[in-house]
Amino acid sequence: MLSRHNPQLNANGELIHLLSIDGLPRDVMTHILDTAGTFLSVNDREVKKVPLLRGKSVFNLFFENSTRTRTTFEIAAKRLSADVINLDIARSSTAKGESLLDTIANLSAMHADMFVVRHSESGAPYLIARHCAPHVHVVNAGDGRHAHPTQGLLDMYAIRHYKRDFAQLSVAIVGDIVHSRVARSDIHALTTLGVPDIRAVGPRTLVPGDLGEMGVRVCHDMGEGIRGADVIIMLRLQNERMSGAMLPSAGEFSKTFGLTPAKLALAKADAIVMHPGPINRGVEIDSSVADGSHSVILPQVTFGIAVRMAVMSIIAGNEA
Amino acid sequence: MTTLSLDAEALYTELLSGVRSLVRPDTVLVGIWSGGAWLAERLHADLGLQGAAGVISSTLHRDDFSARGLAGGGDATRLPFSIDDAKILLIDDVLFTGRTIRAVVNELFDFGRPRSVDLAVLVDRGGRELPIQASFAAAKVTLPPEQRLTLARSPEGRFVFSFKAKP
Repeated sequence: MLSRHNPQLNANGELIHLLSIDGLPRDVMTHILDTAGTFLSVNDREVKKVPLLRGKSVFNLFFENSTRTRTTFEIAAKRLSADVINLDIARSSTAKGESLLDTIANLSAMHADMFVVRHSESGAPYLIARHCAPHVHVVNAGDGRHAHPTQGLLDMYAIRHYKRDFAQLSVAIVGDIVHSRVARSDIHALTTLGVPDIRAVGPRTLVPGDLGEMGVRVCHDMGEGIRGADVIIMLRLQNERMSGAMLPSAGEFSKTFGLTPAKLALAKADAIVMHPGPINRGVEIDSSVADGSHSVILPQVTFGIAVRMAVMSIIAGNEA
Repeated sequence: MTTLSLDAEALYTELLSGVRSLVRPDTVLVGIWSGGAWLAERLHADLGLQGAAGVISSTLHRDDFSARGLAGGGDATRLPFSIDDAKILLIDDVLFTGRTIRAVVNELFDFGRPRSVDLAVLVDRGGRELPIQASFAAAKVTLPPEQRLTLARSPEGRFVFSFKAKP
């Protein structure tokens, strides 16, 4: 999708939009992770706010519902002192037939400085980035099956926080890889950061063999997939996928690919268990694993705010 | 190039005696990242003060963020004591426009409400753009605006000034 012209970067190679991890240079990614470390410490202050986006307006445009992601973007923008406007587009103008670009033109006339976009159509944030004014920045908060770059970046932040170095790691991503924009973003990020062993683990219907083209090892056997792993990323089993005959049943999936203490024992002794949330206890992950000592699921949420602060402050400081 | 020479080590000796006269038993030193932090660390040791000196960064409160973006040092702030009711003596290498000091004072207030905030610097180079002044400056010089003056520290811990024209 991003070949020669990368709309995320300006002529100096600086980040002006965050649309996808695919095509994001390693130094830009590392800069985001380093900057996130700066913002993590803001949470420990008496005043949990810095004025970098003071006077800027951030519009959260959620064409698809996601209370959690929207909230973390809202907190991140507010800690940077931006004014935040939440638009539940799913229920407003588009329902009246307004086109995406008309919506953006109207919001731009309200002097928006940044759009945080969640859309069910892959590529919608690209369309917005292409048509907005030069001073306006766009962050993709999840588009269709394509990308969820801030989730990918916060996952990388968590891995770096606990494992320090990417160069020796084995990372297993388990579950519904084919429909997951999180998996796609994670795979691109892990590859860019030099992880030598990335495994995509799940049933044939959810982990197609041609994923190998992305540089990952496809495993349809859970034991083989997580044996010796340093990091296990469990994906949410989306109930809506159950209908299309992609899986016999949630119980069946859980028995084979659900992460239980017994299966976790196959991974390295100091392995970490991650999950983008919301978790389905007892389906893809056992409660005792989700709440256990290997789990870093809640720290991921905290890191997510710092990473989103980093992304918004970096793109706001760069000109098109 | 400039013919002006500033002996940073000699000025440090001046700064030490100046700071000694400003410090009260309950004063805490806070050095401004990065040059001021080196100075505060050494002053703290030479004055035999208790605990550790603090470090503060201006990065998150700078007013040139929209033009320059996020500079380094954002996570440099370390204040290993309570700011509430503290008597703080800020230390910096070079005082110029005053904008760094404005940003640093804002940063300080994110951690609490100090009783007082004072400032001592190695060099006051003039060119102020804000109503800010130091209680003590080891040297006062006038430099053209395009001249850059920064403190460097050798591996042995000796201070030296570097002069560069702005690119």
